[in-house]
Amino acid sequence: MRSLLALLPLTVLLTGCSGVQAMSEGAGFGSQLFNQLMLLFLVVTGISYALVLVFLTVAVVGRRNEGGEARLKTLLIAWVGFILIGLILLTLVSFMSDRREAREGADQTPLKVTISANQWWWGVEYQNDDPTQIVHTANELHLPVGRPVQFKLNASDVIHSLWIPALAGKQDLIPGRDNDVRIVPTRIGRYRAQCAEFCGLQHAHMAFDVTVESPKAFAAWYAAQLKPPPEPTDPGVKGGQDFFMTHACANCHTIAGTPAGGRTGPDLTHIASRSTIAAGTLPMSRGNLMGWIANPQGVKPGVRMPAVGMTPDELHAVASYLETLK
Amino acid sequence: MPARMLVLAILVMLSACRRSDRSETTDPHAEGSGGGAILTAPQQEGYASSAYHIGEGQRLFQWMNCAGCHGPHGGGGMGPSLMDAEWRYGSGMSDIVRTIDGGRPNGMPAFHNRLTGQQMWQLAAYVRALSGLTPSDAVPSRGDEMSSKAPITQRDPDKLAKPGEPY
Repeated sequence: MRSLLALLPLTVLLTGCSGVQAMSEGAGFGSQLFNQLMLLFLVVTGISYALVLVFLTVAVVGRRNEGGEARLKTLLIAWVGFILIGLILLTLVSFMSDRREAREGADQTPLKVTISANQWWWGVEYQNDDPTQIVHTANELHLPVGRPVQFKLNASDVIHSLWIPALAGKQDLIPGRDNDVRIVPTRIGRYRAQCAEFCGLQHAHMAFDVTVESPKAFAAWYAAQLKPPPEPTDPGVKGGQDFFMTHACANCHTIAGTPAGGRTGPDLTHIASRSTIAAGTLPMSRGNLMGWIANPQGVKPGVRMPAVGMTPDELHAVASYLETLK
Repeated sequence: MPARMLVLAILVMLSACRRSDRSETTDPHAEGSGGGAILTAPQQEGYASSAYHIGEGQRLFQWMNCAGCHGPHGGGGMGPSLMDAEWRYGSGMSDIVRTIDGGRPNGMPAFHNRLTGQQMWQLAAYVRALSGLTPSDAVPSRGDEMSSKAPITQRDPDKLAKPGEPY
């Protein structure tokens, strides 16, 4: 009884089985299939487990009786038959699920997205045959519901792994080669992706938000992403822009429509429209933005972004400028 | 008795579980973001012999496209080689930082304000390591990029600068 009570606090962990970063959400075709498969496996292996326990109990409690071999033989044949049928069933259903996932949405043109992983952030590029229609962003993903997405995955430094539990299984991003994964989001909502391969000190702080939205909302978002941010008019904001362009910031970050064109850090063109900063580390807010710029190493030790020396006034100006990048 | 020795041995080994000190968190104001202040940074010797900072400098060498002129391993190209014993403007840490910060004639651009002070010191530490001025235990044993060349720790010492030159 006491040992059972000790297990009680562990049930708290079960509450972790739902939410924005959970396989059980089943918001993508892949994760739905996975959940169905998981249930089937649970039932088949659960029955086997129960039967083994029954046999064991009978063997321990029951008495050796004369002439019982015939019954035992029948039981053993039935047991082997059950295992055989169970294994064939699981193999077949796994295979069929895999085929079904590959066929889902095959009649639609997939959205092509390249994700490049870096220590410790995600670069996102929406591909298009027309180069003026390519969207660059970072640490966020917007997907239209129901349309398959073909991801091309690569990494610039070490091996990372893309995992959006609510939508599908994971796939590694490997330096020097391209990997593929195909995802079909089926339910509108906000989910979370997380790097699933240990990639260094800040591996845990390498996440991003995934927004699955209606095709109309996605088209609106895409159109907004294609436009450069508004040119600042307020003198304070203008001062922030000047500081950004003439200091180390512009060396690594890109802001479309400005001289800042660095590609070694995340694209900041529409940073103010994202819900988090520093790859899912902090919620987007002016306070967090300023804390992050003033001392990135304090927030995310080891991060590649250096602290750029600036006065409090300059810090305010830069934060004001970044807040206009909607 | 053997159990006690085992516990003792484990305790001794635990002392190795400490991460090496890295000055990731630096005061950017103390090191300046360019200009005169950084040239007299008191911690320059610490940068020159720190494996972490040399490694960061190696990354910055690619990121800032130093490789574009000086070659992917500092072997030279459009710009002069950085792995030989020849130093036009001095081999000291502050000489190199001054070159990066202010630029030099014949094409070396100035990175004044474009890099933070710490980044310049890290780059200088790597550039010195390229020509063998750094103890080899602090130098990265491999590059970040694919290469068929020997790592910088295994270069022919006769062709490199003489170690022991002052910082």
